[in-house]
Amino acid sequence: MAKLIGGIGTSHVPAIGAAVDHGKQGEEYWKDFFTGIEPVKEWIKEAKPDVCIIVYNDHASAYSLENISTFAIGVADEFEPADEGYGPRDVPIVKGHSEFAWHIAESLIFSEFDMTISNNMPVDHGLTVPLSVAYDQPSEWPCRVIPIAVNVIQYPAPTANRCYELGKALRMAIDSYDSDIKVAVFGTGGMSHQLQGERAGLINRDFDERFLDDLVSDPAALTKMSHTEYIREAGAEGIEMVMWLVMRGAMDVDVDEKYRFYHVPVSNTAYGLTILENCES
Amino acid sequence: MRDKRDYDDIPGTYVFDGEHSRKGYHLNMFCMSLNKDANREEFRADEKAYLDKFPMTSEQRQSVLERDFLEMLRLGGNIYYTFKIAIFDRLTMQHLGALMSNNEMTFEEFRDMMISGGRSVENNRSKENETQEYPKWQN
Repeated sequence: MAKLIGGIGTSHVPAIGAAVDHGKQGEEYWKDFFTGIEPVKEWIKEAKPDVCIIVYNDHASAYSLENISTFAIGVADEFEPADEGYGPRDVPIVKGHSEFAWHIAESLIFSEFDMTISNNMPVDHGLTVPLSVAYDQPSEWPCRVIPIAVNVIQYPAPTANRCYELGKALRMAIDSYDSDIKVAVFGTGGMSHQLQGERAGLINRDFDERFLDDLVSDPAALTKMSHTEYIREAGAEGIEMVMWLVMRGAMDVDVDEKYRFYHVPVSNTAYGLTILENCES
Repeated sequence: MRDKRDYDDIPGTYVFDGEHSRKGYHLNMFCMSLNKDANREEFRADEKAYLDKFPMTSEQRQSVLERDFLEMLRLGGNIYYTFKIAIFDRLTMQHLGALMSNNEMTFEEFRDMMISGGRSVENNRSKENETQEYPKWQN
């Protein structure tokens, strides 16, 4: 059976991708950041997941306002890096795992999560930046990827609780897949940031640190927060943090936090990274 | 008119709800079209003619031509969509952040504000407890 070996939370700021692509890691602005994310590269090199399920949001790349899916799963064999307006990022094609993805889609739907199923899904920075954070610049990504896209752009995003419950259903899907593969789940986006309006640049370190604490020991507290509270405290775009709860929902109740890193700023955003493992019984 | 929402009192924030989305649909779909290189070239060649292909209001069209990013938000634009125009202009999100601050903040000032920890949430939670109208950030 497939085995969930860990959960990673990471912001997916596009500037990180640009810094990697243009070799800026050593620059003053970026030095501390890239030093801080080094442990996740080491963790993943050691853990070697066969499949990474990456929960992220599309930013007007694969999806537009024409059709808005609250939860979508990518079931294709391949996902092209999207052109977000600069031309596509020069990163390897993302290889999917179609059979496993279909298993997850069916399992989630029978768990009453009515997923959108996507075969055509160019993936933008929301998905490729977390891969760069974990794997740097390989000639091919060393894992298969199953994208799960969450709408957090059109209000209302799914509730924090719904995301957490989706994570639990995702875990059932992983545990019931009849193949001895290792799986990691990524929750991406956040942390506090506001890109739009006169309040642009908002950062709330206290909120973020509390979120990272509760993510480990009291995720239920995070599921009770309303959208308005997330927006007010973590910024309009900080609502992305609900996607970390999908990852957390997939993990056991008791987790070990293997690593945490928090850094301000990355562009207009507070960056957060966490590595969680299930407590061995 | 939609009912009053509990996020209406958050200052300087344009929640992209159904009302905004309805108002901004064509503006945002124009922005989205800039994902395609051929469309970027066409927009570059003649901005006005390209905009005429989209059934936007004259205010929306004007806000794009003037690159008034705050006005675009007021007219239903969504930041992830309007950012496509910024990419087209080779501006970063920090340039937009400065422009939208609406207090003549420069890119450098915005960047330095971020390096110093960002815009504080204190006095920025609710319009009711705002002490001042977006004071220009001081180092």
